[in-house]
Amino acid sequence: MSILHIVNKSPYEKSSLYTAVDFVKDSDVVLLIEDAVYAAARGGKAAEKLSGLDISVLGADLAARGIGEDKLIDGVSVVDYAGFVDLVKAKDSTQSWL
Amino acid sequence: MKLTIQVNEGPYQHQAADSAYNFAKAALAKGHEIFRVFFYHDGVNNGTRLTTPPQDDRHAVDRWSELAREYELDLVLCVAAAQRRGIVDDGEAERNGKDATNIADGFRISGLGQLIEGAVQSDRLVVFGD
Repeated sequence: MSILHIVNKSPYEKSSLYTAVDFVKDSDVVLLIEDAVYAAARGGKAAEKLSGLDISVLGADLAARGIGEDKLIDGVSVVDYAGFVDLVKAKDSTQSWL
Repeated sequence: MKLTIQVNEGPYQHQAADSAYNFAKAALAKGHEIFRVFFYHDGVNNGTRLTTPPQDDRHAVDRWSELAREYELDLVLCVAAAQRRGIVDDGEAERNGKDATNIADGFRISGLGQLIEGAVQSDRLVVFGD
C-alpha cells in the first residue's frame, strides 16, 4: 500500500511537511507543490529532513519562485503536471497534508 | 484511471485552486477520466459566474466552465458551503427566497454525499486546498 504524500506549504511557514515526513514509508513518494517547493532548496534547514526520502518537486512551482533546478538538494526529481498525474496513478492512494 | 478532485480553496486566494485546475487539465490530456470535481468550503467560490478578474488575468471560473463543456465534467458545489457564501442556483433561489442566481455554467449544487460517492467510485481522490 503505497501513498503519494502531497505537501503544499513552505516548511518555513507551517509544519505540515514535517508531519507528513513522520508518516512516510519506504514505498511512498513525497510531492512538493506550491510553496512547499522551498523545502527542496539546497542549504535550507528543511532539506536535511528530506534525506533518504523519495522526493518529487513540481517544476512549474519551482520556476514561479525563481528556484533553479541546480539549486535543489541531491536526488530530487522534478516533474511537470503530467508527471504529477503519473505519480497519482503509480501510488495506491494520495494524502494531501493541508 | 478514474479520478475525483476535491477543491477546498477559493480562486485568487493562494494557489490551490490553480493547482487543481492544472492537475485536472493534465489528467484529461493524458486520457484519464474525471468522475467529479467537488468544491468544498471556500472552494465553492470557484463557481460564481459574477467573477470578473482583470482582462490580463486568468479567469478562474470560466476556465472550469470551458473544461466542463469540453470534457462533460461534473462540477459540484457543496450545498451548505454554497448557502453560507451566497452561491445560488435556481433551486436554491426558490427554496431560500433569493432574488437572483449566480452559479456559473457547468456547475451544480448538491450534497456532501456526492464527494463520498466520488471517492468510492474513483480510483483516486486528490485533494487541493489550504
